Amino acid sequence: MLDILIYIALAILLLAMLGMLYRVIKGPTTADRVIALDSIGIALISVVALLSILLDTTIFFEVILLLSILAFIGTVAFSKFLERGEIIHHDRDNDL
Amino acid sequence: MNRKNDQVNDVILQTAAVIIFFIIIMFSINLFFAGHYSPGGGFVGGLMTAAALVLLLLAFDSKTLANVLPFDYRIMTALGLVIAMLTSLHSIFWNRPFLTHAYDKFDLPLLGEQTLHTAIAFDLGVYLVVIGVTMTIIQTIGESE
Repeated sequence: MLDILIYIALAILLLAMLGMLYRVIKGPTTADRVIALDSIGIALISVVALLSILLDTTIFFEVILLLSILAFIGTVAFSKFLERGEIIHHDRDNDL
Repeated sequence: MNRKNDQVNDVILQTAAVIIFFIIIMFSINLFFAGHYSPGGGFVGGLMTAAALVLLLLAFDSKTLANVLPFDYRIMTALGLVIAMLTSLHSIFWNRPFLTHAYDKFDLPLLGEQTLHTAIAFDLGVYLVVIGVTMTIIQTIGESE
C-alpha cells in the first residue's frame, strides 16, 4: 500500500520536474532558469527521500543534506554572477 | 559589468552564510568520522569543507577569508600527502607490507573505550589534500583579472 503511494508521489514529482525542465529550456531570462534549476534540485531531494523509504534504507540521508547544501551554494553563486558579473571578489569594499 | 560607486549591501547573505558555514563544517566533520561505518569519508568530507569555504568566499571576499583563516592551501596539500605517506610507511617498521593498517583499543577520557584505527590518519591525509587542491583551484581561477 505504502509502495503504491510512493510510486504515485514519484510520478507527481516527475511531472513537476518536467514542468521545471520546460522552464529551464524556455525561460525568457537567466533568472528564470536559475530558479527552475534550484527547484529541480529541491525536487531531487524529495526523490532521494522517497527512494530511501522505498528501498528501506537510511544510507541515503547524507545525500539529502549534501544535495541541499550544493543547491544553495550553486544558487548563491549564480545569483552573485547575475548581480555583480564576478563571483569571487578580491576585496569587495575597495576594488568594486 | 563594473558598477563603480554602487554601494552593495549583502547583509542577509552574509548573516546566513556565517550560520550555514558552521552547519556545513559540522556536517563535513560528521562525514569524515563516519566514513568507516557509513557513507562518507575523507573525500566527501574534504569537499564539503571546501564548499563551506567557498560559501564564505561568495558572501565575503578572498582577502577577508585570508585574514580569518590564514592557511596556505598548497602547504595543506603537501601536509596531507606527508600524513598519508607516513601512515602508509609506519607498517614497514613492524615488518609488515607497505600500507598495512593496525588498530587497538584505547581508554580515552570522556569517550570511554574506543577502537582507534590508523585508517583514520590516512583519511585525514586525503581530507587535507582534497581541501587544499579544491581551494587552490578555486582561488587561482577566481582571482585572475
